[in-house]
Amino acid sequence: MEVPILKQGAFLIATFQAALSDADLKHLRMGLVQQVVRFRSRAVIVDVTAMDVMDSFASRTLREIAQMIRLRGAETVIVGIQPEVAFAMVQLGLTLEDVATALDLEEGLAYLNEKFKTAN
Amino acid sequence: MVSVFHSARVQQLSGTISWHLVRGRNDMAKRESSLQDSASGNNQGVNLARTEASSELLRELVAHLRQNRTQLREEWVSRIAETRLLTAMTKEEIFAEATSVYDSYVEALETETFEALQAYARNLSERIIPRGVETHEVVGIVLLLRDVLARSLFAKYQTDFKKLNRILDAYEPAANRIANTVAVGFVQERERVIRQQQEAIRELSTPVLQVRERLLILPIIGVIDPQRARQLTEQLLRGIRTNRAKVVVIDITGVAAMDVTVANHLVQTVEASRLLGATSIVTGLSPEIAQTLVTIGVDLGKMNTVGDLQGGIEQAERLLGYKVEALAEPR
Repeated sequence: MEVPILKQGAFLIATFQAALSDADLKHLRMGLVQQVVRFRSRAVIVDVTAMDVMDSFASRTLREIAQMIRLRGAETVIVGIQPEVAFAMVQLGLTLEDVATALDLEEGLAYLNEKFKTAN
Repeated sequence: MVSVFHSARVQQLSGTISWHLVRGRNDMAKRESSLQDSASGNNQGVNLARTEASSELLRELVAHLRQNRTQLREEWVSRIAETRLLTAMTKEEIFAEATSVYDSYVEALETETFEALQAYARNLSERIIPRGVETHEVVGIVLLLRDVLARSLFAKYQTDFKKLNRILDAYEPAANRIANTVAVGFVQERERVIRQQQEAIRELSTPVLQVRERLLILPIIGVIDPQRARQLTEQLLRGIRTNRAKVVVIDITGVAAMDVTVANHLVQTVEASRLLGATSIVTGLSPEIAQTLVTIGVDLGKMNTVGDLQGGIEQAERLLGYKVEALAEPR
């Protein structure tokens, strides 16, 4: 199942619908990295609210997305990690250091708006 | 609020306890049956005759104890007073308890069943443990009773040495089992109380409190074991989501010591909170804990630490954009 990428002002939003295969994740990674420059977006929000399991591949892909987006001159915020998922990830050592996180989509948007308001 | 909550815990606990007791009793029954098995390996005829003789002796013994009830009981109570046992109880109370213990004791000797005595011992322990009666006192008084009764047997049968021997053969194992039963009952009850208190402490000491919009504090008090650490983390993460918290202050002023496991768990909790978009501030690290953490080399570099809870809350307010101003000079 392909993940739709929505353009919302200066940001791109990708919402995970359900459990994704590794191929879907790779596809999403490529799509985001291409579109972030095409739309001259300043940031990308990845919403993982629907994911109740996060395996090491998904976690690593998220970090790779964040790093690649940074190299393309934008920022990444991951939103909607479930409490159980968060704790499981930390126990596995998948802590997504240097990637911004927020409670949900609203918080993520608020964080980015705040950040780019001061930058302007 | 607390007491309601407490009684709920007690109820839940009593389930586990009765299981323990049942298990204890089963063990005892098993031991008994194995003893009987090994005994029946001997010549059966002799064994049977002996049992009959011994139960007859026990009957005689019980009759003797019933006859001299008043005198023996008084003797026992005065011995208790002499040895300064049960100082937490009044004289009347000791006498009343002594009467029931004496009667249950004689009954256990007569029927050779210990369930009633066990139940009584449990009930007694429940009543006297809150008053600060110690294990050595309970064991002490039961042993005193055993001695008082043995003395009276000596006095009664001093002319007939053979009979005395046989009476003691019948009396001693039963008396020892009674002492054992009472002591075990007391210790089990004590353990139950301790477990119950531990549970209560555990439950009461893990609140997640909201002090301001989007600011939570988690005061941790007491010993943290892995199970409690996990519970703390779960509560905190759930609290972050339901209160939509942005900043969490974890106060560990009340934590006496910290080992590698707990320190790592704390780091994990901080990281997991961050994944939910909340910043954590750890406050109240005592000098000892700070030294321990440095010595064992736990990486606390990723953690925000502030000296005390007040400082932590002030820092959190800054992060959230609050500014607290005094409207007037304090009076």
